[in-house]
Amino acid sequence: MAKLESNFKNMVLVLTSITLFAAMALGSVYKLTKEPIAASKKAKQENAIKEVLPPFDRLDEVEVVNIEGLEDPFYVNKAYMGDEFVGAAVQSYSKSAFSGEIKVMVGFDKDGNIFNYSVLEQKETPGLGTKMVDWFKTEKGNQDIRGLNGATNNLTVSKAGGEVDAITAATISSKAFLESVRFAYSAYSQNYDGLTGATSTNDTVSIAATNEGGQNHE
Amino acid sequence: MSKGSNLKVLLNGIIKENPILVLLLGTCPTLGTTSSALNGLGMGLATTFVLVSSNVAISMLKNIIPDKVRIPAFVVVIAAFVTVVEMVMQAYVPALYESLGLFIPLIVVNCILLGRAEAYAAKNTVFKSFLDGLGMGVGFTLALTVLGSAREILGTGKVFSMTVFPETYGMLLFVLAPGAFIALAYLIAVFNKLRKA
Repeated sequence: MAKLESNFKNMVLVLTSITLFAAMALGSVYKLTKEPIAASKKAKQENAIKEVLPPFDRLDEVEVVNIEGLEDPFYVNKAYMGDEFVGAAVQSYSKSAFSGEIKVMVGFDKDGNIFNYSVLEQKETPGLGTKMVDWFKTEKGNQDIRGLNGATNNLTVSKAGGEVDAITAATISSKAFLESVRFAYSAYSQNYDGLTGATSTNDTVSIAATNEGGQNHE
Repeated sequence: MSKGSNLKVLLNGIIKENPILVLLLGTCPTLGTTSSALNGLGMGLATTFVLVSSNVAISMLKNIIPDKVRIPAFVVVIAAFVTVVEMVMQAYVPALYESLGLFIPLIVVNCILLGRAEAYAAKNTVFKSFLDGLGMGVGFTLALTVLGSAREILGTGKVFSMTVFPETYGMLLFVLAPGAFIALAYLIAVFNKLRKA
């Protein structure tokens, strides 16, 4: 078969049909993969929630919490064992990380103690900031944040007067991580009001104060 | 067409004209994705799939594509396959998809693909183009996996996430961008020494 001549009609015809065909093929692949993609995203989310909370058998609908002065919302997943509230997993973030944004899932038990956490997304320096994935749940010195309480413990790095040891050579990443944990707690405590009867105004104020304190040290 | 010449086409991409180590094509994704052996392998396999499929498709279409619009036509074909890979990876290997991130859609502009389409698939039979794509893809994958393993061992003391020596003795530099350049340079030097020997 001889090569088609490069005249206007041929060029338009061929390019249009190739593009149309590619679009149709992609459309069908999209349809095929749409459900698995949604399912894998959901599974990841659920695994992260399971990892950071005590055993539970039921989750509430996700609640979206906005904190004044912060752009993006936080997502609070309340977990129950039977009818008893066991804790909540809060999806939080910090934009003051070393490179880009970090997203974490922090689990609080019903008293507001940190049960566990899981880093969902981070782009920190490999070998330094990336250690946050398990640094803050390793029992060594004061680096373990599990069991600390969002209201009574000072969740900042020890250099800035806090109670947590920063990752060696990655203070900025550590600060950002702890900031996201503080945000998570304030989202949690706002949401938890109905259950404890605490006043949300107080919480917001104290959180805002810690934030300012943190910034002054930087 | 003898069997020998087919084998030659296949081996061409792996040794004689290895896209990374000899032609030095597509160094950007090479440097960017080889922070670990697994990432390198994943990137290599994704690229191989696109390379083979686009080579075959372009070779089949070569006679109906007018010369003056061949580049946009090739790019559309390549982009379609890349998007397929992207969606499939996102659905079935989400962890790998996340660690490769932006580099998957960037396969579209990987010069190996357009280079092979233009230099080989547009002039040769479907079967030969298939072999060429496969050879080039395997060559690319091997180079990426070796580079990724070297960087992972030197940087973190692990390979495919299995510990070889404790991480404290690792040279962090090799996981970061400068290490990629250094490791790639040595790999090219060694490969070319061996190739000429």
